[in-house]
Amino acid sequence: MPRPAPLAPPVPRGVIRRGLGVLWQAVKEEPRIFAVSAVGSALFALTTIAQAYVFGAITEQVIVPSLRDGEVVTASLAVSFLAIMLVAVLKVVGIIARRLGAGIMQYRLQASYRRRVTRRYLELPLSWHAEHPTGELLSNANSDVEATWYPIAPFPFAVGVIVMLVTTLGLLFVTDPVLALVGSVVFPAIAVLTVVYSRRMSPLMTRAQQLRGEVSGIAHESFDGALVVKTLGREADETERFRAAALELRDTLTAVGRVRGMFDPVMEALPVVGVLAVLLAGTSRVGSGDIDAGQLVRVAYLFTLMAFPVRAIGWVLNELPRSVVGWDRVQRVLQATGAQEQGAASLPADGGPTRLDVAAVCFSYGDTDVLREVSFDVAPGRTVALVGPTGAGKSTLASVLVRLLDPDSGTVAYDDLDVRELGPGALASVASLVPQSTFLFDDTVRGNITLGADIPDEDVWAALRIAQGDGFVAALPNALDTVVGERGTTLSGGQRQRLALARAVVRRPRLLVLDDATSSVDPSVEQRILAGLRDAGLPSTVVVVAYRRATIALADEVVFVEEGRVSARGSHEELLASSTGYQDLVHAYERAEAQRQADALEASQEVGA
Amino acid sequence: MTTAAPVASPTVDSRTVERGSFATLAHGLRLTPELREGLVVTLLLALLATAGRVVVPLAVQQVIDRGLSGPEPDLGLVRLVVGLATVAVVITAFANYLTNVRLYRTTENGLASLRVRAFRRVHDLSVLHQAAERRGSLVSRVTSDVDTMSTFMQWGGLLVLVSTAQLVLATALMAWWSWQLTLVVYACFLPLVFAVKAMQQRLHGAYRVVRERVGEMLGAVGESVVGAQVIRAYAVQARTAERIDNAVESTRVAQTRAQRIAAVTFSAGEMTAALATGAVVVVGVLLGVDGSLTTGQLVGFLFLVTLFVQPVQIATEALNEAQNAVAGLRRVLGVLDTPSDVADPGTEGRSLPEGPVGVRFEHVSFAYPGGPDVLHDVTLDIAPRSRVAVVGETGSGKTTFAKLITRLMDPTRGQVLLSGVPLDRLGFDSLRSRVVMVPQDGFLFDTTVADNVRFGRRDATDADVEDAFAALGLADWLEQLPDGVLTEVGERGDSLSVGERQLVAIARAYLADPDLLVLDEATSAVDPATEVRLQRALDSLTRGRTTLAIAHRLSTAEAADEVLVVDAGVVVQRGSHAELVRQDGVYAALHASWVAQSR
Repeated sequence: MPRPAPLAPPVPRGVIRRGLGVLWQAVKEEPRIFAVSAVGSALFALTTIAQAYVFGAITEQVIVPSLRDGEVVTASLAVSFLAIMLVAVLKVVGIIARRLGAGIMQYRLQASYRRRVTRRYLELPLSWHAEHPTGELLSNANSDVEATWYPIAPFPFAVGVIVMLVTTLGLLFVTDPVLALVGSVVFPAIAVLTVVYSRRMSPLMTRAQQLRGEVSGIAHESFDGALVVKTLGREADETERFRAAALELRDTLTAVGRVRGMFDPVMEALPVVGVLAVLLAGTSRVGSGDIDAGQLVRVAYLFTLMAFPVRAIGWVLNELPRSVVGWDRVQRVLQATGAQEQGAASLPADGGPTRLDVAAVCFSYGDTDVLREVSFDVAPGRTVALVGPTGAGKSTLASVLVRLLDPDSGTVAYDDLDVRELGPGALASVASLVPQSTFLFDDTVRGNITLGADIPDEDVWAALRIAQGDGFVAALPNALDTVVGERGTTLSGGQRQRLALARAVVRRPRLLVLDDATSSVDPSVEQRILAGLRDAGLPSTVVVVAYRRATIALADEVVFVEEGRVSARGSHEELLASSTGYQDLVHAYERAEAQRQADALEASQEVGA
Repeated sequence: MTTAAPVASPTVDSRTVERGSFATLAHGLRLTPELREGLVVTLLLALLATAGRVVVPLAVQQVIDRGLSGPEPDLGLVRLVVGLATVAVVITAFANYLTNVRLYRTTENGLASLRVRAFRRVHDLSVLHQAAERRGSLVSRVTSDVDTMSTFMQWGGLLVLVSTAQLVLATALMAWWSWQLTLVVYACFLPLVFAVKAMQQRLHGAYRVVRERVGEMLGAVGESVVGAQVIRAYAVQARTAERIDNAVESTRVAQTRAQRIAAVTFSAGEMTAALATGAVVVVGVLLGVDGSLTTGQLVGFLFLVTLFVQPVQIATEALNEAQNAVAGLRRVLGVLDTPSDVADPGTEGRSLPEGPVGVRFEHVSFAYPGGPDVLHDVTLDIAPRSRVAVVGETGSGKTTFAKLITRLMDPTRGQVLLSGVPLDRLGFDSLRSRVVMVPQDGFLFDTTVADNVRFGRRDATDADVEDAFAALGLADWLEQLPDGVLTEVGERGDSLSVGERQLVAIARAYLADPDLLVLDEATSAVDPATEVRLQRALDSLTRGRTTLAIAHRLSTAEAADEVLVVDAGVVVQRGSHAELVRQDGVYAALHASWVAQSR
């Protein structure tokens, strides 16, 4: 199903400048390791040039005289061998420092930014999460961070190459300034080419990155809904949907290939053209007696030396557009605002049931009003049932009660303290919510219940007993130590719900909010759970979102919610008498049965007649 | 209640034969004809482009030996040489360009096709396989795993081939000049080959660890996003952050370790090159003094050693990429090679006869891999047009019924027949269009209500969708949505409540107009009034078709023609609600607790 593509960010201007800015940021964050790898790279560059000089010296001073005179000078041979090995050892040290340094730097930055991005995920409010698809957030933390720091891998190499360039140019000018000038013409050409390349590449890269996100988004969604796809036989249609995105990605990547395929050979050919120009000009310089043939060869040789490493600069520049795109996407998360303001107040964790006041709470998703002026209060230790038809706003209200969402207006207060004044973590030490859809961590059963809090196993088992989960947990291969797997997929829906319930109960919260928390368990099990909750003597004020009579029967009072408003409030009996909506809902089954019996009676009378 | 697959389910990877790197690549090429398209021409072009690398040495040699050898430089000759060389450079650059473009085109084309086929394959896997895999791991097989291959194919793979050519060329020239020195060079490089091979093993292992760690890290990051609600409700940000940090850190450690091995591997080539050069100088001078080698040949040899070193180094470098690529390819092939154990008989498949569908179970048993029987030797008939409810305690095996009838799974023993046709001989086209299941988890796609309902029948108009809701008695619910059927439901349908998602899922199944409708707890989160209304609507709408409803709300059973009571994998009771309620048994007990709760 097509999802409108997110607006393409405008083609970044000055992408190279910005990319260099990102690299500079990297250097600032990891100066020492960068220094190590840059020095290693410089060492590599200098030893590469030194190798050329060592070979030259050996040829002139050892090989030529030895073969000419037919006589071996063992000492000079040994010195030659040692010189070659010494330079090689230095070069290897340089290579290892460069490569390891670059790797360590790249991976450290990746790790550091992954931590920062996920920290923001944990800080930003649920309303922010609701606006950003899971796939996008995952790719921000994964591939975008990776893309941002990708140029770090060849970066120290490029820095070393610059050292090499400067040294070589210096040597060239010392040898013959005119030849050096002729040959150097290629360097501005390389610079211009690189800029042109980045300009053309950057929008393509942005598009490719976007399409990668789209392809991954479709795969995520489609595999998540695999059961629906399968049961409706829509595999072919889904494959078509995926194919369309995959082919678009293919076309964009092929276009990337065309630009890069043009750039690479030209980059390779330019230094060669420089060498040829040097040869041509050099020959007349030799003719005019300014240089000798040996010097011409050395100049040509130095140029060939540079031909390959110069491309390292290209590697870095090539990656810059992608890096900038990644950086921007990462920054969007890091700069995102809207974290819930936290106060500094706290409430005692063991002060007995809390009083709950909800005053004129309004909440909307975009233009849709979900809660309109909702007000009610619950005295300490009382149990209130929130009852209402599907889509009335009960779950939103439950979220507002424990400040997962902040109302647009109105207040929620515990013991007369506005929840917005509570400090970080203070609310969770007082109130627990069991949401409608259960989330389990990839952790043990115990870990999922204690969530890292220091709670003795007896208490965990006690909570499981109340949640009617002690039986199946005891039957698991490692009981409390059984790992439940990613999002609890190894457990059934009812089992997951019972763990979620135990998670809340074990905390003995002063306010317990149950959002249809037993929808996946059998009636008989649910009945036992409700009985357990009633008899457990929890020090809790309880708000329970419910449809079933037995759950409602637990409550001291019922708040009936319709279309985001509290339309009636009172005991079950009072509401039955006063609210037709409530009657409809609660007596639906009886009426259905009565209707069926009436139908059956009518049918049998017809048969009889 | 969904009984998910136990942990022991075979994963996609465990099913495939462990292949060596080359065998994996060959298998990948065999499976992807697009990758082979025009490969020979591309390789020839690449070799032509490689030849460009000798232009400069040749030109230099010609200029020195012939242009500068006389008393006066021969400018005319030099101009000619430089001119020819320039032409050669342009030609090789063009060949290089063509190689790149062709390579990008064929590889991207091949990889896109591989991606699409792997995607399709994932959908063709049985629910057991799908459940055994982490979602993220399945996604990475059609995304990042394919991406790692493209890097190798567009860069590393070609480089290895070209380098090999260079190696052969260099060896031939060396042997021509001096077999003794050639032996010296080989004696130096042979240990490297073995060392590199050993390193390759270690790199292989190191990269496998990296991939595993990345997978675990993505899982941990995913929790911070998907579990956002619970993390906030219980203020466990610090703990979650710590878990993520650990995963991020162990990924970094694994990456650094792989990098260390790669760096050492790379520098081993450099040291060997130095050793070979030194040895050539020493042995060469000794040979030269004996007169069996000229100065020019010895100097030429030194240049050739460089030609020799480069390919070995590039090979170790490209090895990095190759490791990644093979690992990625192996994972993609892992999906493609996994046989779908619940396979569509395809063109051999039969169609369901017209009209309402009857169901027959013949000695059907089912067990999850490595587990005990969930259903045990069940034999029963469900008449066409009947509305049957299946009830039972959690874990009694009632969901297994739904999965067997819709052939999401095949029985371990026995067979299921629809209208007399054994299920495994029924074509999926016919099966999926006539038999529709509404799963408990009303998964919705991130689009409008209308598009989601159209999932059941693709040619339905918005008006058809509205009519479907009206027919189900849900017109007023639809009305209070901000944009009616055009309301966006959000990711996985998150903008709707769980109950509302179920309403959309039922409308979707209704529009699909099946002859056999299977409802698996399809209304578990809907309020009673809506449920009763739906029930009534479904009653009239499903008249004339066969309906099987799995339910723990016994309101469904009360409305059914017949109730099947499942206990411990066996059908223990069968009859109408009225009959069963009067009997002493499992049903009466279930009903008692239901009444206690709902009245």
